[in-house]
Amino acid sequence: MADGDTATQPEGSTNGAAPARGGNPFVPRGVGGDGVGLDPTAPRALHANPSVVGSSQPLAISAGTPSDAPPVLGAGSASVGSPRGKVRIGDRIFLALTRGASGFVVLLVSLVAIFLVVKSLPSILDDKVNFFTSSEWSTTAGNLRFGIAPLLYTTVAISVLAMILAVPTAIGIALFITHYAPKRVARPVAYAIDLLAAIPSIIYGIWGAAVLAPHLAGVQRALYHLGGFPLFKDRNVPTGSLFDGGVVLAIMILPIVTAISRDVFERTPRENIEAALALGSTKWEMIRMAVLPYGRGGVISGAMLGLGRALGETIAVFLILSKVSNFSPSIFSGGETFASKIANSASEFSNPESTGAFIAAGLVLFVLTFVVNAAARMIVNRRKDFT
Amino acid sequence: MAKSIEAKNLNVYYGKFLAVSNVNFTVAPNSVTAFIGPSGCGKSTVLRTINRMHEVIAGATVQGKVLLDGEDIYDDGIDPVAVRRTIGMVFQRPNPFPTMSIYDNVAAGLKLQSGRTRKADLDGVVEKSLRSANLWAEVKDRLSKPGAGLSGGQQQRLCIARAIAVQPDVLLMDEPCSALDPISTMAIEDLIRQLKKDYTIVIVTHNMQQAARISERTAFFNLSATGQPGELVEMGETPKMFTTPTDKRTEDYISGAFG
Amino acid sequence: MTATLTAKPAPASHFAGPSGSRRFKNGLATVLVTAAFLVALIPLVWLLWTVISKGYHVVTSASWWTESQRGKTFESAGGGAWHAIVGTVEQVALCSIISVPIAILVGIYLVEYGRGAFAKVTTFTVDILTGIPSIVAALFIYALFISTFHGARAGWLVSLALVILMIPVIVRTTEEMLKLVPNELREASYALGVPKWKTIVKIVLPTAFTGIVTGVVLGIARVAGETAPLLILVGYSSNTNTDLFSNFQGSLPTLINDQFANLNHATGGTAYHLDANGNRVAGAVVNYAPDRMWGAALTLIAIILLLNVFARFIARFNKIAQ
Ligand SMILES: Nc1ncnc2c1ncn2[C@@H]1O[C@H](COP(=O)(O)OP(=O)(O)O)[C@@H](O)[C@H]1O
Ligand SMILES: [Mg+2]
Repeated sequence: MADGDTATQPEGSTNGAAPARGGNPFVPRGVGGDGVGLDPTAPRALHANPSVVGSSQPLAISAGTPSDAPPVLGAGSASVGSPRGKVRIGDRIFLALTRGASGFVVLLVSLVAIFLVVKSLPSILDDKVNFFTSSEWSTTAGNLRFGIAPLLYTTVAISVLAMILAVPTAIGIALFITHYAPKRVARPVAYAIDLLAAIPSIIYGIWGAAVLAPHLAGVQRALYHLGGFPLFKDRNVPTGSLFDGGVVLAIMILPIVTAISRDVFERTPRENIEAALALGSTKWEMIRMAVLPYGRGGVISGAMLGLGRALGETIAVFLILSKVSNFSPSIFSGGETFASKIANSASEFSNPESTGAFIAAGLVLFVLTFVVNAAARMIVNRRKDFT
Repeated sequence: MAKSIEAKNLNVYYGKFLAVSNVNFTVAPNSVTAFIGPSGCGKSTVLRTINRMHEVIAGATVQGKVLLDGEDIYDDGIDPVAVRRTIGMVFQRPNPFPTMSIYDNVAAGLKLQSGRTRKADLDGVVEKSLRSANLWAEVKDRLSKPGAGLSGGQQQRLCIARAIAVQPDVLLMDEPCSALDPISTMAIEDLIRQLKKDYTIVIVTHNMQQAARISERTAFFNLSATGQPGELVEMGETPKMFTTPTDKRTEDYISGAFG
Repeated sequence: MTATLTAKPAPASHFAGPSGSRRFKNGLATVLVTAAFLVALIPLVWLLWTVISKGYHVVTSASWWTESQRGKTFESAGGGAWHAIVGTVEQVALCSIISVPIAILVGIYLVEYGRGAFAKVTTFTVDILTGIPSIVAALFIYALFISTFHGARAGWLVSLALVILMIPVIVRTTEEMLKLVPNELREASYALGVPKWKTIVKIVLPTAFTGIVTGVVLGIARVAGETAPLLILVGYSSNTNTDLFSNFQGSLPTLINDQFANLNHATGGTAYHLDANGNRVAGAVVNYAPDRMWGAALTLIAIILLLNVFARFIARFNKIAQ
């Protein structure tokens, strides 16, 4: 595991032989013999001096050391022999601490995955209907009938809707900040968009449900009368449709998509921009020629991160969406996402079996967000290889 | 105090890339030695092998020996941290610690090495080092001000004071004047001439007049082609190197034919 | 060159502008880009306006900051958010005490030491953590401490779930800030004969300090408004409970949620309100839930925005950025 760690880097690859020849200037001055190079396997005997190895008396300060040198004590500088080379005790402890913390985080994530699987598996195995395709959800102990199909559909639909609304807007804002607005305007705008990110989701939730949704009813009615196809049918809830949820989610993921797009647009190399302008391009042509191609990877990964955020969003969706008894694919209908379903049912976590069903839903959500985020990272990293 | 340096068959690598091959030289105690040569020929690399700073770069390795008064600093069981206490270094760009005052910058080495040093001792060392670095008069009234607030030349002298505060035997300088104006450069050159009394100094410089002004011996490094390892072409008394070098390449470089 | 339709042909310029369609597209793009920005401002302004205008008179009453909701229903006036503030502050504080050291150590490991396989695994893990939905973090804590160890729901479990959400935020900022510390400073320190760990502790960390503090504050702001773990890991209590380790506990997000549930209560059925003796009196509809909800929302936003402003303020003193 530790191969490649650079803990021992400054210390090189030397072996821990006893550095004990009198006057050796490199022995930490004034350090006792404790722990100094006692490695019996040390291959080189050149400096091994039996009279000093293991002695507890301080090594003599050599004549070569300035006599007026201040007392340099060996705190944290005792070297310790080890097969991999000398590492100071302080360095060892510190490396152990940082590596331990990293190990803890790795363990934590593994535990999340393991516990979600272990706690949901019995319930999934006990499921009387197909876990992936059924639209039933009944978690009575002994008669588990639950499937995630409608949850998956609603989660994905609402998130994709949010993306469709948020991504073009975010690109527009990012371009506005980086290439259109004067500096004096761009800064406060960027600041305002960052503020959007700082507002907690529950506030978006209550605002979306109590204030925004009633205003969206008219829009939905209009769209509903326009389209005959399934996505727009079934206006069976007054407010709290997937459309309402999608709009609020779009507002919520706008800052993250904007921030990442802004970042890549800002980094467009000056030469590319100037090359495009020198060809006689208009500003928009320059953006299409230089800025957008350069930023495409970044925008896509920003959108994916936003999607990940939307898929897992809980409380806002929980507050906005109306529950419906019959599933409908229409975006003007209500529904439940993985997250809102779990949050809705905290009171049903009474027995292991029903809890397992909800943990199973959580597991699917975990995998879903993981895949989306991993894809986003891959795009980011692939882009890094090119630049 | 000042010690001699001897490099034997040094091959210096960055990962698999051989940056410098087969370098041999000796440096007498209490002398100033200049490393000159075109960019990228490995002057800094060689300099950094002398106090084992080379190996803080990931993947960097060294073959060969560097003897300090006959003691191989690459020997097993030698602590590189202790090596660096004995062989100090001043860098191309002045790099005072930005979070520290002038006083703390000078005291940094002692404080961080030992952790406990008496305040009175420290005061003495700080003043002595700043005086040696010809900076005391300029900063004695603002020792508690940030080191980063000084001018470039003052910052570089602060870095020299910081390096000598830990009482090294050798001082390595990597183009210490290249980021400075002519006046500051003169101040540092004066300083180097004084420091020679107490230290062995090796200095990398791009400025041949500077090498001629301050050094007793000069080493000329070169590389035959890009991608090839750098090598030590010739080393000798500075006046002789600049008037009658033995190697044609040195002559070309000195006369400005290339580089 | 260009055929002009005007009667008196103007002298042809050497610098004929872009053609009509190109100019149109350029103009359209400018309009759309500007519109995108204006559209984005609408929800921000609207939301802030709603919260401030509806919550303002609630948070300006002194009892809001000193009293709990003990014994209050949506029909009774008065009470405050003290119980919720206590809960939120305690839960976030415990979370920070656990997360901050771990996350900073991980950041140090990744920047100062990590090069091998384990560092790659760690980076990957932090990436996963960044994407974990809060509800999943809450489910995990539930599965571990309640399902497996049969613990009772309590505030500290919320803190643990928040740890999962906070660590990646701080790791990432720490990493970024440490990477900004010039390598020259590390080298200067090594060249003085200072061991690596001391170089990190005494030179690198102090240089990056303000940046890391900024990250910590942003991390705190990020978790302070989290609601999902609260729904699953602790019940809402309208009484002040300072004990993180037993019983239900109020918090600002769940106070909001609790009021939201009562939002439309008085709209159906016969309107009434309670008189001074608690008897139902037909007549004026009185529901105090909306006021309280917006007041709690304003309180939460104010705390979080203050934290954000504070973080930016600290960031100004960043030694490296200068
Ligand atoms: N950190 C590094 N990693 C890899 N290669 C390096 C590094 N530093 C220097 N080199 C290479 O080593 C050679 C010598 O560089 P350097 O010692 O800096 O030359 P000089 O100081 O003479 O200009 C050059 O080819 C350079 O590219
Ligand atoms: Mg160099």
